[in-house]
Amino acid sequence: MTGTIDPTVINLVVFVLAVFVGYHVIWNVTPALHTPLMSVTNAISSVIIVGAILAAGPSDTDFGSVLGVVAVGLAAVNVLGGFLVTQRMLEMFKKKARKVETEAEKEKA
Amino acid sequence: MNANLLALWYLAASVLFILALKGLSSPVLARRGNLFGMIGMAIAVLVTLAITKNVTFILVAAAIGGTIGALVARRVQMTQMPELVAAMHSLVGMAAVLIAIAVVNNPLAFGILDPMPRGNRLELFIGSFVGAITFSGSVIAFGKLAGLGKKFRLFSSAPVAFGGQHALNLVLAIVMIAFGAAFFLAEGRAWMPFAAMLAIAFALGVLIIIPIGGADMPVVISMLNSYSGWAAAGIGFSLNNTMLIIAGSLVGSSGAILSYIMCKAMNRSFISVIMGGFGAAEGAVAADAGNKTVRSGSADDAAFLLANAESVVIVPGYGLAVARAQHAVKELANKLIEKGVNVRYAIHPVAGRMPGHMNVLLAEAEVPYDQVFEMEDINSEFGTTDVVLVLGANDVVNPLAHTPGSAIHGMPIIEAHKARTVLVNKRSMAAGYAGLDNPLFYMEKTMMVFGDAKKVVEDMVKALE
Repeated sequence: MTGTIDPTVINLVVFVLAVFVGYHVIWNVTPALHTPLMSVTNAISSVIIVGAILAAGPSDTDFGSVLGVVAVGLAAVNVLGGFLVTQRMLEMFKKKARKVETEAEKEKA
Repeated sequence: MNANLLALWYLAASVLFILALKGLSSPVLARRGNLFGMIGMAIAVLVTLAITKNVTFILVAAAIGGTIGALVARRVQMTQMPELVAAMHSLVGMAAVLIAIAVVNNPLAFGILDPMPRGNRLELFIGSFVGAITFSGSVIAFGKLAGLGKKFRLFSSAPVAFGGQHALNLVLAIVMIAFGAAFFLAEGRAWMPFAAMLAIAFALGVLIIIPIGGADMPVVISMLNSYSGWAAAGIGFSLNNTMLIIAGSLVGSSGAILSYIMCKAMNRSFISVIMGGFGAAEGAVAADAGNKTVRSGSADDAAFLLANAESVVIVPGYGLAVARAQHAVKELANKLIEKGVNVRYAIHPVAGRMPGHMNVLLAEAEVPYDQVFEMEDINSEFGTTDVVLVLGANDVVNPLAHTPGSAIHGMPIIEAHKARTVLVNKRSMAAGYAGLDNPLFYMEKTMMVFGDAKKVVEDMVKALE
């Protein structure tokens, strides 16, 4: 067997391995954090913004780059919205004790 | 930047995304994980900006979108999380579709040959139709969750069903694949089959979600989560971008696993949820409740029982979230803990409208997470529990699940009926989502406290003072 490997085959290898990694990592997520899991996966899947940036910035600007710019806008909602709402939820899962501490610190300052 | 360096940066971002998900294995590590995710995203965006043009336009669009996202993230109520997540899925789907159209328009800009090779056409077809279904399906799911059903029947939380629905979906799916095949075999741009395929995919997304009833939403929302990941992975294939493939696959498998967990918790098969129509006959079965007696009491009676217990387990259901009673519950628990009562919470996996929803609502009310237990961790302890307080939950505590032949037989339940005393707060004796009567309400040790969950719990708090 000779010749170079088709990029699609390499992509398929990456894909299958990533699904396995995903499977094992996700089963370890504690059920209490399933809602933050959904919002953070939302943020992660909006890495599609990379594709949108490539679509928006070809050397010759045309109809496709307009769609790209729109897609950047849509994905950007998710990037910030997804990570920030996850952060906000995870703050709520802080232990009460730690919260009391920080409040005490605030009073000191 | 050369292609190899770019690929290495993308690899770093991919690893950070995996670490972000890994962090969610415990509430302590989760915030650090989220930070890893943000760093990964920043790397991905910055290195891509470094190799592109039109940076001003891109930054303006990103600033507008980002501002909207940040504002929404800050303002959204925790009870509205399911709607927010559905809306965000739709954006990922739409972004995938727009990128796919841009690729068809100008493959060279993405380093793809023009005319496009067959392999790229196939990948593009998959990425764009999954994206389109994700978009329109999520819009419908958003409407159902946001309660827009009163204005538009399409968004009704009751299943929208009509004769020949499944046959129609099947025919549309076949036609869509036929157009996809035409696009695959075509030589030039082939706009016609591509556009027709997209249009049908948008319609299919609507048709797949409308027959699914309100209480199956935890499954639907997980499923759309999964689709949005596969759409991103599909686009990653077309663009030969391994980071997109990795991130998409992580999200896709996450959504798939959550769908599986939700189906298992409701003892339904994934196929039966997708086929929809469940909940259509709501209320029709609950006829024979007439001659059984129910013992009901006031909030004061309930407070007395709670205060004299050694151990109390609170079982919150969606009714609690609707009544926004989580803060009142937390106050009640504090009062009981002050009196030396051991208070814990038992959470059923489908208590709420999306996976883990109830945990977030309790966390928002500042209930410490070490008082909150998952169903399988606490079920063995009900035999030694003095009082169980069921708030706005019904089917998830229905002992009929242990009776062969009943509609919910085999569904895992919170075994509240094993406790010494059971207090149930409900608005009325109406049947739950499954349309089943609940023998728990007629047991001798059960006392019903009728009324709005928030009001009842606040009355209990007053009685304890």
